Amino acid sequence: MRTDIVIKAESLTKKFGAFTAVDNISFEVYKGEIFGFLGANGAGKTTAMRMLCGLSIPSSGEANIARFDVYKETEKIKSSIGYMSQKFSLYEDLTIVENINFFGGIYGLSDAELKEQSNILIERLGLKINANKLVGELPLGWKQKLAFSVAIIHKPSIVFLDEPTGGVDPITRRQFWDLIYEAAENGITVFVTTHYMDEAEYCNRVSMMVDGKIAALDSPSNLKREYNAETMDEVFYILARQAKRQSD
Amino acid sequence: MRPLKILLIKEFKQIFRDKTLLPLIFALPLIQLLIIPLAADYEVKNINISIVDNDQSSYSEELTSKVLATGYFKLAGYSHSYKESFKQIETDKADLILEIPQNFEQNLSRNGFEKLFIAVNAINGTKAGLGGSYLSSIIADFNHKINTEIVSTNINSEFKSIEVTSLNWFNPYMNYKIFMVPGILVILVTMVGAYMCGLNIVKEKEIGTIEQINVSPIKKHHYILGKLIPFWIIGIVVFSIGFFIIGWLVYGIIPVGSLLLLYSYLALFLIAILGFGLLVSTYSETQQQAMSVSFFFVMMFILMSGLFTSIDAMPNWAQKIAYANPVTYFIEVMRMVVLKGSGLAHISKHIFIMIGFALLFNTWAIINYRKTS
Repeated sequence: MRTDIVIKAESLTKKFGAFTAVDNISFEVYKGEIFGFLGANGAGKTTAMRMLCGLSIPSSGEANIARFDVYKETEKIKSSIGYMSQKFSLYEDLTIVENINFFGGIYGLSDAELKEQSNILIERLGLKINANKLVGELPLGWKQKLAFSVAIIHKPSIVFLDEPTGGVDPITRRQFWDLIYEAAENGITVFVTTHYMDEAEYCNRVSMMVDGKIAALDSPSNLKREYNAETMDEVFYILARQAKRQSD
Repeated sequence: MRPLKILLIKEFKQIFRDKTLLPLIFALPLIQLLIIPLAADYEVKNINISIVDNDQSSYSEELTSKVLATGYFKLAGYSHSYKESFKQIETDKADLILEIPQNFEQNLSRNGFEKLFIAVNAINGTKAGLGGSYLSSIIADFNHKINTEIVSTNINSEFKSIEVTSLNWFNPYMNYKIFMVPGILVILVTMVGAYMCGLNIVKEKEIGTIEQINVSPIKKHHYILGKLIPFWIIGIVVFSIGFFIIGWLVYGIIPVGSLLLLYSYLALFLIAILGFGLLVSTYSETQQQAMSVSFFFVMMFILMSGLFTSIDAMPNWAQKIAYANPVTYFIEVMRMVVLKGSGLAHISKHIFIMIGFALLFNTWAIINYRKTS
């Protein structure tokens, strides 16, 4: 498993004028892994993630996503990944089925595949009675689970999740993580940012960004040992306290 | 083609589900088309005139009744002092003063000339200007009549007059509705094209769904076409409703020229103006920004299009702006094809220029729309 690298970043940097949002980060992510990408607000997580998704061209450094280059092959990267942004971004004025058909369709799923996938998805999420309801009418927790399911409907090799559980209740968060585990078991690599440290414990490995740099990267248990901490919460405090940059 | 089909299905569903936008797209243009041409009439009526008659002769009486008989003027006051009449101008009760001097009739018969005095309230420029010229021509007419009366006894008359009669081609009764309706229709189509499409894209930026599109493998020309085509169709539908239901049935405007030619030009114009809306959207982050920028340009497009003011009457530099305005060309084509029956050969220049606008706006917009920043 360790030999199969799906994300490889080397000295990846993004500058906005004089401000270096992401400063020389290097790491690798393996296939089927749940990779936690932690950091305080303004540490540069979202900027880094946008570069990996092909939404933003790096200022310098190298990176390959599913073996595609982040400079030249952004459109190829886009067809092999799934992405769920911080902001809920399904169409609220379309129904659940319409959203599935739209997003599945633009990733090239055929009508038959769409039909099959939307049945499976609706069944699994228990949304059957709501299938023809507008997405805007659903409670936030269901919206987030739906958004995740739609993000992986085309079976991408990697899915990027930017704070997927923000504002969601603990029970729904738990269910959300069940979905993440299921995806990882099916071979989808999960790259997730979060502010919940209990969620960090669920990850195979976590990286910790401070001021645009990766300050630590290891499995949760190794990190706790290294920093002599009981929980990931403590690890986070120890590392985040070093930050000089103002959080936003 | 499948991605485009999927995008179009989604757009149409969203447009027809929008309970605020839909009536706006279809009802408002029609209401405007019913109201504006009836109100936007260059003929000025009901000019309030105050007459100061210092003579009280048969001539002065005749002139007064001649002025009032035209139907353009309403007698706001009849006094014997200029001061009194001027008060009416000050209080906005009168737009014009016609002062007939003392011994008007006597001097006219004896000396052959006399001066009349017209004072105009120029706050409402159009009304004043037109009122003044109406009055002048009434007086000239009156003058002519008196001349013939006096001079008829004198055979060696030096009074020879040249009368100019004119004929209004293509709009024989100078019906302003016929002149205005095709132009206003262009403005409505411009508004649908320039606002709706651009705002729609910026709305996706605001709610964040465009990010989900940008991170997908969808081609940007598919996405842009998916946005353009629905509004292109809406533009044509709005035009047709306005043209046939309001123009034809209500105002009785039956196009003299080819409908096919007119619709082809409409199709081309819509591509250009939608491209403009698209261009604005690529530079805007919020609907407010897009609205303000579009509003500024649409305002310019309308006022500099020759709809309300003749381009020939503009100063040279303003004419250049007017001819850098796509709306100008469509209004010209509308008037040429609908009223005059111009054919393809007559509007070929307009066609080439519009193709130029369409290419410019759309290429610029596509270059400036970035899926990856």
